Amino acid sequence: MSDEDRSLVDAIVGMREQEAVELASARLEAGCEPIQILDLCKEAMDVVGRNFEEGEFFIPELVMAGEILSQISEVVKPHLKADAEAPGERLGTVVLGTVQGDIHDIGKNIVAFMLDVNDFEVCDLGVDVAPERFIEAIEQQSPDIVALSGFLTLSFGSMKSTIEAIEKAGLRDAVKIMIGGGQVDEAILEYTGADSFGANAMSAVNLCRQWKAEA
Amino acid sequence: MTAEGAKLFEERSQRILDAVELREPDRVPFSTHWHFWPARYAGMTCREAMYEHARFDAAVRKAVLDLEPDSFALMQPGVALGPAFDEMGFRMLEWPGHGVGEDSSYQYIDREYMTADEYDDYILDPTGFFLRKYLPRVAEAFEGFAGFPDFPAFPYLGIAHSTSAFATPEMAQSFERLAAAGQKINEVFGSALPMALEMTEHGFPTVFGSFSMAPYDYIADYMRGSRGAMLDMFRHEEKMIAAIDKARAVIVRGTIERGASLPSKTVFIPLHWGLDGFMSGEQFEKFYWPSLRDLMVELIDAGMTPLILWEGDCESRLEVIGEIPAGKAIYFFERTDPFKAKAVLGDTVCLRGFVPASLLTTGKPSQVEDYCKRLIDGCAPGGGLIVDGSIGIPDDARVENVFAMRDAVWKYGQAR
Repeated sequence: MSDEDRSLVDAIVGMREQEAVELASARLEAGCEPIQILDLCKEAMDVVGRNFEEGEFFIPELVMAGEILSQISEVVKPHLKADAEAPGERLGTVVLGTVQGDIHDIGKNIVAFMLDVNDFEVCDLGVDVAPERFIEAIEQQSPDIVALSGFLTLSFGSMKSTIEAIEKAGLRDAVKIMIGGGQVDEAILEYTGADSFGANAMSAVNLCRQWKAEA
Repeated sequence: MTAEGAKLFEERSQRILDAVELREPDRVPFSTHWHFWPARYAGMTCREAMYEHARFDAAVRKAVLDLEPDSFALMQPGVALGPAFDEMGFRMLEWPGHGVGEDSSYQYIDREYMTADEYDDYILDPTGFFLRKYLPRVAEAFEGFAGFPDFPAFPYLGIAHSTSAFATPEMAQSFERLAAAGQKINEVFGSALPMALEMTEHGFPTVFGSFSMAPYDYIADYMRGSRGAMLDMFRHEEKMIAAIDKARAVIVRGTIERGASLPSKTVFIPLHWGLDGFMSGEQFEKFYWPSLRDLMVELIDAGMTPLILWEGDCESRLEVIGEIPAGKAIYFFERTDPFKAKAVLGDTVCLRGFVPASLLTTGKPSQVEDYCKRLIDGCAPGGGLIVDGSIGIPDDARVENVFAMRDAVWKYGQAR
């Protein structure tokens, strides 16, 4: 990696927002391929994700890195040729939503963002999502994975009934199901009949990777 | 008060006081923080609890008399708010019939109510900022306040001139709607406080006095939104810290003033953004802890007992959060390991909570009993333990599990 490439990655990982955006603009003006800038962003996000997993970074760094990334994307976009806009290869598709009765979305949004930057196609159904909407999305998107989010204790029941509805629709074997959110633990995993649960956004990414590797 | 009621009240109060002051009580106390559980227990929906305060009072009364806790949260002012929300057109949350179902609890909406470039306005004059900018954003009934006079800028004749703002139809409408909302609030307090006194006569202390919050959470939850606050830690560090400091002073003043008129000196302080994972240790010690610690110390100095609900897992914070006067507060833990908390904080602060929401909601009574026995065996020696659900009694807790928790405390919590 050239020194210039390294500076851009370092600025993103160092959360130096203005410097990162300015460096990206300067590189583009100097004739750098837009796709290369995006590759460097991807590389920086790998480091951010690793630091998060290792307990060096926390949610504020994920949010800030996401903010820097979207600003750089805005700068890069006008330079992208039409044929270069096709997204890179995706590892799989995840249908994601906060279950019925619960409107909390902070955790879900972070999971969606981390899956997206880690090359998963994310179909985010939003909050207070009824079982029928999950089923409709599974039928339309044919995802590999369904991710159910919930913060309140009432979400335990909604997760369970969503998974039962998926089962009843004959779709249970077509997808892996993960759950997550504030108070989800082993007991709730067993109660709902999901395949696994995660304590944070990186464990959601790791579970998706692991399930894709096993498939 | 009957002699029997007075005796029980004295016993229970002493049990809690012993726990707070880190002495071994005659029995480990069992306390109930809760929101909608008493409504569910009485067969009411969440919507009914929010809209029918007299029925909800009766539900809380029944739950207290049946469960016989050593102290209970007087939650009516935190639940029976539907009519007031309607009158004022409140926008900071969704509640049954307004964005969530009939039997969902109300849920806060994470949104930006103050932009990053308004920090200076808030820091200079929090009251003026609230009146003219903030309140009109959070509820329809305050929209007329956008024209509220800037009195401090125009004293003397200016004060007379400023009264013109009160002659507008917008302002008149605001006052009319706020008076209607205030009427509904008075009805809630008007029956909740006598109910608390009635419970006192039956021998049950309420621990619910004033309510407060961590200054960082005040900024993140109610002003900047969680995302805005996280970005501000990088973008506007100095202003954010100045605003947090201003907020602390405002919160402490209000908490002490309001607390003076309430039956309990306990101040409930639920925390949202300081837990493990939501910020680094360094960010915690820069943005979160100093103002929270100062707030706690100021409340303690005013004779109050902070009851801090540390949501989530706070294991990495245990050393730092022990920097408070010993025997003066209660730390209520959700997912933090009780035995680690006891090892680090056992000589400093009374521990409360722990019984997992997942267990109370989906487990069996025998599992609840086993958990409580382990909790009491590990944390009761030396005093300083109050058993409760990890976030209080979850709205969806199974009745038999709540009673199993109570029974386990009675069985295993006797002084040895």
